[in-house]
Amino acid sequence: MAKKFDLNEMEVWDGNYASSQALRQAQVDVVAAYPITPSTPIVEGYGAYKANGYIDGEYVMVESEHAAMSGCIGAAAAGGRVATATSSQGFALMAEVLYQASGMRLPIVLCVVNRALASPLNVRGDHSDMYLGRDSGWINLDAFNAQEAYDLPLCAFKIGENLSVRLPVMVHQDGFTTSHKAQNVSPLQDEVAYKFVGKYVPVDDMLDFSRPVTHGAQTEEDWHYEHKAKQHKALMDSVKVIDEVFAEFKELTGREYKRVETYMMEDAEVAMVVLGSSVETAILSAQQLREEEGIKVGIIAPRVFRPFPYDLIRDSIDMSPNLKAVVCMDKSAPGGAMGALFNEVSAAAYSTNNRPIMTNYIYGLGGRDFTINEIKRIMREQKAHADAGHITTEIQQFSGVRGPKLGFFTTRRD
Amino acid sequence: MSKGLQGTDKRGILELGAEEKIGWDAVPQGVVLHSFDGETSNSALLKPEDREYSEFNSYIASVASWRVIKPVYNRDICIDCQNCWVWCPDTSIISRDKQMLGIDYDHCKGCGVCVEVCPTNPKSLLMFGETTDNDESLANWPEKKKKAKK
Repeated sequence: MAKKFDLNEMEVWDGNYASSQALRQAQVDVVAAYPITPSTPIVEGYGAYKANGYIDGEYVMVESEHAAMSGCIGAAAAGGRVATATSSQGFALMAEVLYQASGMRLPIVLCVVNRALASPLNVRGDHSDMYLGRDSGWINLDAFNAQEAYDLPLCAFKIGENLSVRLPVMVHQDGFTTSHKAQNVSPLQDEVAYKFVGKYVPVDDMLDFSRPVTHGAQTEEDWHYEHKAKQHKALMDSVKVIDEVFAEFKELTGREYKRVETYMMEDAEVAMVVLGSSVETAILSAQQLREEEGIKVGIIAPRVFRPFPYDLIRDSIDMSPNLKAVVCMDKSAPGGAMGALFNEVSAAAYSTNNRPIMTNYIYGLGGRDFTINEIKRIMREQKAHADAGHITTEIQQFSGVRGPKLGFFTTRRD
Repeated sequence: MSKGLQGTDKRGILELGAEEKIGWDAVPQGVVLHSFDGETSNSALLKPEDREYSEFNSYIASVASWRVIKPVYNRDICIDCQNCWVWCPDTSIISRDKQMLGIDYDHCKGCGVCVEVCPTNPKSLLMFGETTDNDESLANWPEKKKKAKK
């Protein structure tokens, strides 16, 4: 029987430690893991809990991230609660198996500590790994700080394991800015956290010898499409369960999460859509711009990146009748396109009443700092678009990069 | 469609690909296929023909059309050594109480391993064209080969 871990009402934890504590409290049956910066302390911490008697489950050290996720899939198909953590190149190596986990409908929880993808090799935080996995059929939650890196994995088990969902869930946090920054975190006591997550209910588990089962069967053109359609429906329908679990979590802790977080959008004339640890910087910048320059800035922050919250993005864009310009911040090299967040938010904005001017910034690649002054400059630019009634710059620009100004596409008009 | 060992045997009753094509709302969650219908904790103790194989179990499906050559079995020569039963990669040698009964033509792919491992002289299993009649093949079975003189 696992020992109880003594916790204070308020702890000083970094994001990694917060996530490892959440995995411990969920009493995961199997963690199969391979270390990679900056996510290593999550599984390292988990290993220490195991060695010190705080965990009843198994800890499997494997030879790669591909093997880590494969081990997780095997353990989940066998009928266990399963979790692991990774970053960047490790996430990329896992990519093949991520699709298997979601297609096999195995509710594995993966803590992704976001880091840039090589080349050039880089250990700092950007969202290229998050974007790499966005079509893999997993639910994607995004933690903006250490408290959320503790709260969201607890919610992730409860969402993914819900019998009407049965999908794997990623919880993202920014490498170093969240994962390695010590912050105040208010944890639940072990028994309270476990009670919230609940006992794992296996489905079609391979260890049920009274009902032998084949997992991961092959299907060709006559069956594959139906399975993928059913999987997509489950992912789209998971919003109901996500909302329910967030509501239950609020009742327990007082901490409220929404699929899209909005700040000062009620009267906003310009808005920034942004993910991760940059959200808190953006809120601070928006407050200062309102006080100092009277520009009514609002912030939209998708908490759930998949299933993409088209409904709530639309609601937040139509929240203020005066919203004229929206800038979408993509912290990932776009690879010959507009940023993914820009594309998806623009698709949602197209069917709103406001139909704001939409622009795109690439920023923070490889952990490049994203400052309050830069956010203010970008929002002043949005105000100029709003006043002019059209985009006064290129549609896609690069923030904080040295060298001549870089931008692509302009508004097409005669 | 072959008849199995017993009247209830469901071996090879379904041509592979002839399953009822249900829609996305009715396919099993997570590409999961149950091997048996209902509770079957004692299935390991039952002979295949007595098990309640589910519709999606390959035991029910016939893959006879994959084969272009087939093994033919000659009972008169066989010594029931079980070599072919051990080596067959698709459990398509039917044997009961260590007595060879024949070939499961619904699942045999015609690989010829059974013929290779057969130790008798002449062999008790030989490969023939898929369309060749088995009785005709047995009537033309080769004679015992004499050992070469030293």
